[in-house]
Amino acid sequence: MKKGYFGNYGGRFVPETLIPALQELDQAFRDASHDAGFKEELRLLQQTYIGRPTPLYFASRLTERLKGAKVYLKREDLCHTGAHKLNNALGQAMLAKVMGKKRIIAETGAGQHGVATATGASITGLECDIYMGTEDMRRQALNVFRMKLLGARVIEVNKGSKTLKDAINESLRDWTTNVTDTHYVLGTVFGPHPFPTIVKYFQSVIGREARKQIIKAENRLPDYLIACVGGGSNAMGLFNAFLKDKVGMVGVEAGGEGIRSGKHAARFAGGSVGVFQGCKSYLLQDRDGNVLSTHSVSAGLDYASVGPEHAFLHDSKRVRYTYATDKEALRAFELLPEVEGIIPALESAHAIAEAVKLAPGLSKKDIIIVNLSGRGDKDVQHVARIKGTEI
Amino acid sequence: MNSRIQDRFNSLRAEGRKAFIPYIMFGDPDTGTTESLILMLEDCGADVIELGVPFTDPLADGPTIQMAAERALAQGVTLKGIIRAVASIREKTDIPIVLMTYYNPVYKYGDVRFVRDAANAGVDGVIIPDLPPDEAHEFISEARGRNLDTIFLLAPTSTEERIRLVARASRGFVYYVSMTGITGSKLKMDDSIKRLIGKIKAVSDKPVCVGFGVSTPDQAKAMAAVADGVIIGSAIVKTINTAPSKLEKFLLGLRKAI
Repeated sequence: MKKGYFGNYGGRFVPETLIPALQELDQAFRDASHDAGFKEELRLLQQTYIGRPTPLYFASRLTERLKGAKVYLKREDLCHTGAHKLNNALGQAMLAKVMGKKRIIAETGAGQHGVATATGASITGLECDIYMGTEDMRRQALNVFRMKLLGARVIEVNKGSKTLKDAINESLRDWTTNVTDTHYVLGTVFGPHPFPTIVKYFQSVIGREARKQIIKAENRLPDYLIACVGGGSNAMGLFNAFLKDKVGMVGVEAGGEGIRSGKHAARFAGGSVGVFQGCKSYLLQDRDGNVLSTHSVSAGLDYASVGPEHAFLHDSKRVRYTYATDKEALRAFELLPEVEGIIPALESAHAIAEAVKLAPGLSKKDIIIVNLSGRGDKDVQHVARIKGTEI
Repeated sequence: MNSRIQDRFNSLRAEGRKAFIPYIMFGDPDTGTTESLILMLEDCGADVIELGVPFTDPLADGPTIQMAAERALAQGVTLKGIIRAVASIREKTDIPIVLMTYYNPVYKYGDVRFVRDAANAGVDGVIIPDLPPDEAHEFISEARGRNLDTIFLLAPTSTEERIRLVARASRGFVYYVSMTGITGSKLKMDDSIKRLIGKIKAVSDKPVCVGFGVSTPDQAKAMAAVADGVIIGSAIVKTINTAPSKLEKFLLGLRKAI
């Protein structure tokens, strides 16, 4: 396979100014991943700071309700800062430190990656600027305040669709300008090589733990894994440890108001192959190659493209990709607290929505692991607004 | 066979002159004016014209060209339409025309089809900022076959290995990005530009042109002293949109300085 590619997808489609920085990052990452000291420091912080391993919880009441397969939840929502995002942001902040950078920047959609990066900056002592679309700042006001508390500057991106893709454009522009002293902490398994590989490396801890935990609990591997897919980092993190096993995998994209409405972020259902923000993958675009605006109730899934390795897993049919609509996600958002006492992030609610569809058709002996990638506190206000309540 | 761009640089070199390369966004402020703007640029002494293709996510561009792209997209400008328009402009002028486009519109059009149609229409070269030569093997070989020049970028961060690779892959000229930054940023005039161009010249005899941040005749003059040509984009785009009556004078001033 060509370096930096997953089959046909991936690559390094960025302006020349950034190429040396990507080469430097690639080298620093390879050195760190073979460095016992770096790995031990990361392991210790994962354990004592992020709170790993996160539990694998048997959702017995949800299982009872769905009358089918047993549903387990991988509790990434219990990570420090409330989502899986810190696994990557902390790892990359450590890399930035190793490379001698003094500042890190990041894009954020739902705000979770911004909060995680601000947190990573705080404990490594780096300066931090976060780019966030105006529309997302409105949807996720709570996270904006959290980032500021953590000492980061939040820079409003009032361009284009004012969401995640525009925040990534601005981050790339900032990185191009300040590349000598700044590291760009890309938040998902996307962008130019080596980002998809680095982010997968730091997120793979999810699947490694889940594999051990399910074997301990059930003495066997699961039948299905389900995860939501925006850029796809929580999904890649869970799937990676099981790719060689006979385990079914489902990636759930944001179906928004339905594929036919055009208001969605289902890249596999409604997109085609393109080159965007540094890599080749599936992309929601018009016939002239301009990028379409997307829609999802969840800011973290509201993105026009998807990680290149997911594109590869899609084409090779190793993973089945489907979508949940806003309505289905909102129902799941309410179902989980009702039966299990857990408020999921709206992103993760898409994965729950798929479990609600899949589990009833399976046997009671079958096992599903759903990646509960984040907690829903950040979404409470937004959902209340949708339901017509001001809080 | 030489391309129109190579011919132009050869004659400039013979006369001891430097190239003036203005950039405009196709369809900005509207599609009707682009053709007359191109003819005006030629009358004002442009040697090569860089024609911008609008894209929704121009990550190498600053606010001026971002807004120009938004205006052009709102006019319904597409890559296909631009290629057609170049074919029609070709009936009126022989000035070398280079398209500056992001890669996705080209990828969607199809590399092979794009190279064929662009070359047939009379496009002389392409600059694709997010397509480094490492990702462009097939594109380069298609373009060579059709005599379409591939102009790649070098930057202050480029290592010697990158300089050799990019210079080798470039044809027509090498585009040296004056700073780590995006188009329309403030130019820093120091010795580093001269030093890096020297490094490029040490491994390649292809013309090297400087762009990004050049906005005044004085800056253009300083750049022309160290390079084979000067590319001016944001400042021209801004003048077209805010002070069109001063455009001709501005262009003539730049030409004189270069």
